[in-house]
Amino acid sequence: MLRVDNIHTFYGKIEALKGISIEVNEGEIVTLIGANGAGKSTTLKTISGQLHPLHGTIEFLGETISGMPSHNVTAKQVIQVPEGRRIFPQMTVRENLDMGAFLRTDKDGVAEDMKKVLELFPRLRERLSQKGGTLSGGEQQMLAIARGMMASPKLLMLDEPSMGLAPVIVDVIFETIKRLNEAGITILLVEQNAAMALQTAHRGYVLETGSIALQGSGAELLRNEQVRKTYLGEV
Amino acid sequence: MSHPDFSDCRVLIDPAPPRCHASHITDGALVSVEFGIIGQQLVNGLTLGGMYALLALGYTLVYGILLMINFAHAEMFMFGAYVGLFTLQGLAQIEFFTSSGPALLLLYLLTFLIAMVATGILGVIIERFAYRPLRHAPRLAPLISAIGVSLFLQNAALLWISSRSIPFPVLFEVRTFRVAGANISSMQILIIVTTIVLMLILDTFVSRTRLGRAMRATSQDRDAAGLMGVDINRVIALTFFIGPALGGAAGIFSGMYYGNIKYNMGFIPGIKSFTAAVIGGIGNLRGAMLGGFLLGLLESLAAAYISTGYKDVIAFGILIVVLIFKPGGLLGESVTEKV
Ligand SMILES: Nc1ncnc2c1ncn2[C@@H]1O[C@H](COP(=O)(O)OP(=O)(O)O)[C@@H](O)[C@H]1O
Ligand SMILES: [Mg+2]
Repeated sequence: MLRVDNIHTFYGKIEALKGISIEVNEGEIVTLIGANGAGKSTTLKTISGQLHPLHGTIEFLGETISGMPSHNVTAKQVIQVPEGRRIFPQMTVRENLDMGAFLRTDKDGVAEDMKKVLELFPRLRERLSQKGGTLSGGEQQMLAIARGMMASPKLLMLDEPSMGLAPVIVDVIFETIKRLNEAGITILLVEQNAAMALQTAHRGYVLETGSIALQGSGAELLRNEQVRKTYLGEV
Repeated sequence: MSHPDFSDCRVLIDPAPPRCHASHITDGALVSVEFGIIGQQLVNGLTLGGMYALLALGYTLVYGILLMINFAHAEMFMFGAYVGLFTLQGLAQIEFFTSSGPALLLLYLLTFLIAMVATGILGVIIERFAYRPLRHAPRLAPLISAIGVSLFLQNAALLWISSRSIPFPVLFEVRTFRVAGANISSMQILIIVTTIVLMLILDTFVSRTRLGRAMRATSQDRDAAGLMGVDINRVIALTFFIGPALGGAAGIFSGMYYGNIKYNMGFIPGIKSFTAAVIGGIGNLRGAMLGGFLLGLLESLAAAYISTGYKDVIAFGILIVVLIFKPGGLLGESVTEKV
């Protein structure tokens, strides 16, 4: 479904991605783990068109999307839920959700999805007319995911959805990710919480300073000694 | 304030009907002789404030989206007034437009429409060629570019049109009404009402339409708006159309109200409107409207009750006090919330 082929992305002269290749198949949960600064967010931003690779190509459903501006990538239903939530603070929860469906013209489908996400996150329903900026961290993350859902994603990319959240909320978020996947959405998940990410994902990639160091199924990576040492905190 | 010279307005607009009543205009102008009457100053202040508010909206819109102070915006006021004048003169050549009341109304509607669209297009062109190439440059670069555009436009008007004031004719009879001791001219009513209508349209557009929501999203988080599918460049272009269009309308009002226009007419209103935008809370549309009206009122009241010469000192003094207590402006978010 998504084929990232040997991309190099730069910030000025700094090469943040040094030739990354990733594949995501339809129906999968694929995770990208790695230390802070490894290039996880840069990878997602390059896929979503916020950054453009200097070399390499990105294909989605057989179509080259690298080089497209982010609003055109969004139109392909490749949806990124950015790091740090990035909800619109002065807009109400409802307006935030409407923004998620900005490019959609199927009114009935949008109404249907609105119903679905509010069933998935009842806490958002209670706060529909509250300003996004006044929500708690966990609620903001739910809103960010719900807003991504409103775009009717074929591929949903989540950048550290568990960051800064209480353990109970983290469980809710991972549970939600599984349910979305079961409902047919393909997921590319970036996480620092490697244990939970690898348990949830079918496959994973380990990123180290801009390159793929390891890849394999979630279970394989969980058993890998190097992963256990570096990312799961075992000695 | 220089009193308009209408002696040659019939030369300017050839087939113009004998309707240039300079005396009627001065009746309702800013410096009124009715010093004792607060109502008079309120109306004068609202008229002036409406112009400031319209111009202030452009500063606040652009700042809200790009965090940039568009120093060339004052020239939109001037440009709109010039296009307005030439359109008015041109259309007035056509006999039909001066043949009846409704035709005259149509003439003015067309004048505003053409001038606002032309000024809006100028704004879009300026953004495209003077600001967009500098979007990722250090913050100072687009500022310098804006000052350059401002000087260019002023000098263009000076060299290609005139270095002196040009009379701005009024083709309808300006009547003056006495309401509770105050002289209110139909010109003032026209300006205040049109200003409010334009503001209501803008407010509705921004809060209720899809494109308006895209503008708000872009101003709150540009990258996130892009991820929602908003074409950021289109939103920025739209912003650079709307702001200048409103500023251009304000320029025409100024020409109609004071009876003349000049190449540097944007400078002082520009500074005042920028201040109004800051007072209201820069980036906040309703704040700009409030700030504009407030500044106009303060200035008029200060002129009437304290001193014409010191009106700006007093008005700005009060505004500084406001900013000391509310640094983010009246309707602005406090700095801590902004993160
Ligand atoms: N806007 C930026 N400008 C310059 N360098 C950046 C920028 N964003 C990230 N980087 C650098 O690129 C590398 C990868 O960053 P990032 O993709 O954010 O890492 P991760 O998401 O894995 O923590 C880091 O070395 C980081 O310092
Ligand atoms: Mg990151």
